Amino acid sequence: MTTYVLRRLIQAVPLLLGITVVSFAILKAIPGGPMAAYEGNPNITDADIRRLEHALGLDQPVHIQYLSWLTAFLTGDWGYSYSSHRAVLTEIMERFPKTVYLMGTVYVVTLLVAIPIGILTAVRQYSWFDHIVTGTTFAFLSTPTFWLGLLLIIVFGLQLRLLPLGGMATLGTDFDILDRVRHLILPVATLSLVGIGRYVRFLRASMLETLTQDYLRTARAKGLGERIVVARHALKNASIPLVTVAALDLPELFVGALVTEQIFGWPGMGRLYWDAATRSDYPVIMGFLAVAASLIILANLAADVFYAYLDPRIRYA
Amino acid sequence: MATLRSSRVLARGVALPASSYRERGQWRMAFERFLEHRLAVAGIVVLALLALLSAFAPLLSPYNPEKTNLLLIFESPSPSHPMGTDSLGRDLATRILYGGRVSLSVGVLAIAVAITLGTLIGGIAGFYGRWIDAVLMRVVDMMLSFPRLFLLILFGVFFKGMTLGVIVIVLGLLSWMPTSRLVRATFLSLKNRDFVEAARSIGARNRDIIARHILPNSLAPIIVAATLGVAGAIITESTLSFLGLGIQPPTPSWGNMLKDATSEMNQAPWTAIFPGLFIFLAVVSINFIGDGLRDALDPRHVTKRI
Repeated sequence: MTTYVLRRLIQAVPLLLGITVVSFAILKAIPGGPMAAYEGNPNITDADIRRLEHALGLDQPVHIQYLSWLTAFLTGDWGYSYSSHRAVLTEIMERFPKTVYLMGTVYVVTLLVAIPIGILTAVRQYSWFDHIVTGTTFAFLSTPTFWLGLLLIIVFGLQLRLLPLGGMATLGTDFDILDRVRHLILPVATLSLVGIGRYVRFLRASMLETLTQDYLRTARAKGLGERIVVARHALKNASIPLVTVAALDLPELFVGALVTEQIFGWPGMGRLYWDAATRSDYPVIMGFLAVAASLIILANLAADVFYAYLDPRIRYA
Repeated sequence: MATLRSSRVLARGVALPASSYRERGQWRMAFERFLEHRLAVAGIVVLALLALLSAFAPLLSPYNPEKTNLLLIFESPSPSHPMGTDSLGRDLATRILYGGRVSLSVGVLAIAVAITLGTLIGGIAGFYGRWIDAVLMRVVDMMLSFPRLFLLILFGVFFKGMTLGVIVIVLGLLSWMPTSRLVRATFLSLKNRDFVEAARSIGARNRDIIARHILPNSLAPIIVAATLGVAGAIITESTLSFLGLGIQPPTPSWGNMLKDATSEMNQAPWTAIFPGLFIFLAVVSINFIGDGLRDALDPRHVTKRI
């Protein structure tokens, strides 16, 4: 197992290099670039722009620029944002907790709701409960997240005036736990409803498959109650695919949900990326993409490792 | 139901005279299984209706989707404007029908590009194996490790909003990987089978072996993946247009109509409700069709009715 993990980690290095090369190339191909903001400004001459470009290293050949970015990145120097002039790492670390706060809540709510529902729908297959849940999850899976967000805003924010329309807290007030929770409800509901749909479908399918297996009949035959058979014996095996999916979703805790953050004015990672992308803020974009890609690769590895750990039949050579 | 299935299995086991007859029988049986999935059939009907309504929008609506009318701003739904009007006095229903043209064709065309690319790359990797396979699969790994939406946003910024053709190509280029893995897997499992060996021994060229003997066997999973892919592509396009990076106004698409709606939701909630409802209808129909196709094309797959 250790050698397998090591080999996968070593394989990840060229993968990440490739990703950063491609990202860098795309960025460099975008017309305009960071200097576009200054063009047409009568107070800034062409000579000024060239001096700025020189200072930022933008006048060098692309491959040199990439190599200097890469060496700096590896030594922990992620550069400075072109628009806020603050260190990229500082920018990211400032947004990171806010996204974890939102996405972590979503993650916990999703799992807490989806696991019991998933088990129940499988145990009571074809009951009215199962039909309603399967229908609802299918509907949520077909709903664009941003539209769901808009609907929730219209109903609970604009019509009923029960909940705030966006932001993390009411501006200009001291920390108030109730206020925080009220701001959290709509974005969390938007993201969880879709997530719950996915998890319920996964769990239902794998529970149904597990419930027909012989070892469960054995467990019942030796006199165990149905509750224990389902909760302890069946759930353990049925949750293996669920763990894989949950592990693959982990990077979202970091990268956030860009569209939902946009709709609800949530000052998280998604917003940071959006602002950087629309302003050609190369250092922030590169830092963000490099971290996001690393996390995706690590999550994939984690999913495979969990899978082998939980299911001893799986062996990696 | 159970007896029906087993009698079919029996019928397949009986030696039939001509191989061509058996092959047709297989697709026929899949078609019959598909018809049993009522929601999938309903999905086909709804989707066909949406496509026809969009295609014949100019005949169905007396209004111009892009012509503004300042006297008719934010009319709530009424007989003459069944879905109301938007901030520029344009008939919402008309714009939704025209928007359907964009959204539906982006979905279908982008997946057509993705399936073509994926089949080609997966086929090459699976058939030739060795280093070609290794290189291509590393490329797939890399493409799958990109956070997709974040890359799409960069492309959107790059093109300053995308036209239909650009969205189709960009989405296609970012969606072919799962298909290529699927196709590669079938190629790997089939290329050393006896029937392929037999074809080779009678002198069939590689091209014919791939096109006539291996590819048809991977058709079923490709069809299912493609159908579900169209639903995903419609959502992605609408998300991009919603962010203002996709189809640019005044051309209506379901996504950019919702973007306009965000600033007017208090005054005119219908502008935010109807375009999304159509995205939902299209996507849910396609998902049902995909579900039905999966049940129909892969009898081993557990039938899970809703």
